[in-house]
Amino acid sequence: MSEPAVAYDEAVERYDPVIGIEVHVELGTRTKMFDGAEQYFGADPNTQITPVSLGLPGALPAVNGTAVEYAIRIGLALNCAIAESCRFARKNYFYPDVPKNFQTSQYDEPIAHDGWVDVELEDGTVFRVDIERAHMEEDAGKNTHVGGATGRIHGAVYSLVDYNRAGVPLVEIVTRPITGAGERAPEVARAYVQTLRDMFRALGVSEARMERGNVRADVNVSLRPTPQSPLGTRTETKNVNSFRSVERAVRFEISRQAAVLDEGRAVVQETRHWHEDTLSTTSGRVKSDAEDYRYFPEPDLVPIVPDPAWVEQIRATLPELPAARRRRLATEWGYSDPEMRDVVNAGAVELIESTVAAGAAPAAARKWWMGELARTAKEQGVELSELPVTPQQIGALQALVDGGTLTDKLARQVLEGVLAGEGTPEEVVAARGLAVVSDEGALLAAIDEALAAQPDVVAKIQGGNLGPVGAIIGAVMKATRGQADAARVRELVLERVRS
Amino acid sequence: MSAPDDLTRLTAADLAARLAAGEVSSTEATRAHLDRIGAVDGPVHAFLHVSADEALATARAVDQARAQGEPLHPLAGVPIAVKDVVVTRGLPTTAGSRILEGWVPPYDATLVRKIKAARLPILGKTNMDEFAMGSSTEHSGYGNTHNPWDLDRIPGGSGGGSAAAVAAYEAPLAIGTDTGGSIRQPAAVTGTVGVKPTYGSVSRYGLIALASSLDQAGPVTRTVLDAALLHGLIAGHDPHDSTSLTDPVPDFAAAARLGATGDLTGVRVGVVTELRGEGYQPGVLARFEESLDLLRQAGAQIVEVSCPHFEYALAAYYLILPAEASSNLAKFDGMRYGVRVEPDEGPATAERVMAATRGRGFGDEVKRRIILGTYALSAGYYDAYYGSAQKVRTLIQRDFAAAFTQTDVLVSPTAPTTAFKLGEKLDDPLAMYLNDVATIPVNLAGVPGMSLPSGLSDDGLPAGFQVIAPAREDARLYRVGAALERLLETRWGGPLLKDAPELEVAK
Amino acid sequence: MSTPWRDEVARVAGLARIDLTPTELDRLSGELEVIVHSVARVSEIATPDVPATSHPLPLSNVFRADEPEAPLDRDEVLAQAPAAQDGKFLVPQILGEDA
Repeated sequence: MSEPAVAYDEAVERYDPVIGIEVHVELGTRTKMFDGAEQYFGADPNTQITPVSLGLPGALPAVNGTAVEYAIRIGLALNCAIAESCRFARKNYFYPDVPKNFQTSQYDEPIAHDGWVDVELEDGTVFRVDIERAHMEEDAGKNTHVGGATGRIHGAVYSLVDYNRAGVPLVEIVTRPITGAGERAPEVARAYVQTLRDMFRALGVSEARMERGNVRADVNVSLRPTPQSPLGTRTETKNVNSFRSVERAVRFEISRQAAVLDEGRAVVQETRHWHEDTLSTTSGRVKSDAEDYRYFPEPDLVPIVPDPAWVEQIRATLPELPAARRRRLATEWGYSDPEMRDVVNAGAVELIESTVAAGAAPAAARKWWMGELARTAKEQGVELSELPVTPQQIGALQALVDGGTLTDKLARQVLEGVLAGEGTPEEVVAARGLAVVSDEGALLAAIDEALAAQPDVVAKIQGGNLGPVGAIIGAVMKATRGQADAARVRELVLERVRS
Repeated sequence: MSAPDDLTRLTAADLAARLAAGEVSSTEATRAHLDRIGAVDGPVHAFLHVSADEALATARAVDQARAQGEPLHPLAGVPIAVKDVVVTRGLPTTAGSRILEGWVPPYDATLVRKIKAARLPILGKTNMDEFAMGSSTEHSGYGNTHNPWDLDRIPGGSGGGSAAAVAAYEAPLAIGTDTGGSIRQPAAVTGTVGVKPTYGSVSRYGLIALASSLDQAGPVTRTVLDAALLHGLIAGHDPHDSTSLTDPVPDFAAAARLGATGDLTGVRVGVVTELRGEGYQPGVLARFEESLDLLRQAGAQIVEVSCPHFEYALAAYYLILPAEASSNLAKFDGMRYGVRVEPDEGPATAERVMAATRGRGFGDEVKRRIILGTYALSAGYYDAYYGSAQKVRTLIQRDFAAAFTQTDVLVSPTAPTTAFKLGEKLDDPLAMYLNDVATIPVNLAGVPGMSLPSGLSDDGLPAGFQVIAPAREDARLYRVGAALERLLETRWGGPLLKDAPELEVAK
Repeated sequence: MSTPWRDEVARVAGLARIDLTPTELDRLSGELEVIVHSVARVSEIATPDVPATSHPLPLSNVFRADEPEAPLDRDEVLAQAPAAQDGKFLVPQILGEDA
């Protein structure tokens, strides 16, 4: 493990990074890609296998039609062309978690190809990532390494294999080399993976939980002196299990490779492993000619020729994707780009949507969620969605303000009560007696009292000096325990004085 | 009075009729065959495993069901042997290889499910060339099978066990598989009948795969009608096999009965020029010509057709098969089932155990073909070898298609020679491959083919007559085959097998 | 004695994970050289205008419904394994990185 001797900022100054990302997503179908074994989380080992997913002699694959539909959905959402005809291919290599010692995948005939996806960075910059292909394949089983110092492969005495995961449907999405990101490459990588994750969920094709391995990312990184130079040697980093790791791994590799190149050495083309504990990558398998996969068309399966009408049917059922939905809402709500960005970053989009649906104006909804509630959430160290208040309640609260029952200030007090678990806004208003004093008679009485207590104020006001009005208002507010509408009080004071 | 011998000499159709008529019980018939196996299988060695208990249990159940008037499949209670390349739950399955020694499958092949559903007692698993690679059964990991006509000679391969079992009256029916001739060539050299159905018409689910795009399971019997009956049982669409055809199963038995009238008026029979030239034994060719004469007399029109690309068929086959097989056999690595062998020295890592297991567990022919196939697929060689072979396949299909515009069936001698002596061709793989020169084009094109006895060659050994039909026209095989069989048996005064020497019976 | 063919066969045997004895390696090299030369003639007629046939009978779009089928009996399966532990297949130590 070598610490990079080159600081990141220097590295991106001297070199142009090019990245590539391969994302594997586990499809949330009920059964596996090529057989009827069920796939669900948490089953006992080797209880979700048929002769096909165990790779027993004599077994034959049979394609899961729903998985194909999901793959097409993903391809369409990525603006890809759907293949007129495509086949599966065998990728031959020996490994104990690959029960047939070949993986049934797609080689030169992917189901979808040549697409793109726009990725929004945190500051609103939009970056377009070109997609080379999306293809279908099956997952491998899981090895648990036993013995040895750390329980990792090197030094393990033996391994235990569970084939429950073998045969689970995967779609692999491969980008074209991502160029022009410069020093923002790590951000782009992270945003890309996040965008894809959100997309999978919106499409309903996967639960897409990275922490469960539903979505896996491998990041390829290479450096070149200038954007005009030919592509450099790239490394592939695996075991990147979170969005944060994606960003960090890309960052680290850029620094590391810069250091290597600075020393006049060559970057080794290899597979590397990301380590979240040490925030670094280490050398893994050297990619060499030894990996001759001997691809050939899968003879046990027949071609898939998606009927164009079927593809259009699928396209028509695509939901509005997260990015498009955000743009539409921002327009509908009248938020500026920075305002919408803040809302997105705070995870408040759905909350505001529900609040607006409950009757609040978008501006008001934003004011509550991004103001008082965001502050409270931060103080308590929780997410907005974890606060003990619902969008419907915020809607009700705002309705009370709109209807004049509460002032903003009073509403904030009511909110406190709701957050404290005292009940709904209506209940808090009633229990605490927080309604605005609307009885003008009471207000006038309070005003007269305040004026009587400060006789010289009347003369000043009448003389054009409106400064002391504030003091009168203050006195009235105190007398009404803050439940007067300050603006109305001011009006009444002036009326009174001038009459 | 029925002596045990009598029952074993019956055709499956005759035995089925007697069972249905209540003249004999399945238990008796099954026991008779088990006794026959015990009597002659020492020298013949057709069987790798005899499942006496299971077979008798099935027989008893059938007898009981019949006694209670339950409706039964026409073949219910007729014993059958199954080539050991077919997976049978609870019965050891080796594919003729030491690498699967002791493996008992946890599931049944689809065709076995059909056989069990129809309640045919399964007598056992028959011997074969290892992983179906061979033409003599000499490449079995469990010893040779001997031709009942001459125990010093090969029974053909890769399905020599099934053919010998049927020829030796150890079973009236057997299942074989045919990738390049492994049902038809043994049929030819043992004087029996064998059929390779249209590719996709019989499920491959549960067949230990050799070459996925060539393998088909089919019937091994003594008569054409018996083959028709068995073929009808095992054929049909299987959702577990994605290459399986959805066509309804034709009535093959009806086609055989129609053919048995001996009338072939209007049937156009094509003789393939490229399939009877050099390398064919004179006696084999003579019997072939005589059979053609009989067909002519029955009203058929005989024409000569040329299939010019057939001369490349062997080369294409010995690229496609090894390539697919090299991938299909990768799963045998000692990790999940079968034997596990540790290396003699050095660390016993997974990789090294795999290599040691495969080195020790696979025989020579298998290694030869895996290496050849791996080579043909490897980077830089794909286009020249595997890729080119798949193109030759297209040309061969076109040859067949062109020939079938002028003919209803094509014919040839099944194999160039009669049964050679054990050991004679073991040192010359290429010479061994030539046994399949007439049968291979059929598999490459996916069309159906049948072999039935054409007579004895000059050396007193059986020769075979091959009938080939267009894809999905398997019924034509049965019509033409049954007609020829009827005409030949009339000439011979009975089936050819009656002239086979009586095997010595062990006490 | 190392020849290009022998080296090639050794390389391919490695790819195919098959241990060969030196005798086997020698014999196979000789046999394979002959076989490869005789099958190489397929490239003579495999011209670019001829399409490849990978399936004898053309079928397409064969799908199954996303419905479960009964799984294997784990005990029956593991009883056939060379080694098993805790409901899993026990395999020798694996070198090389986790896929």
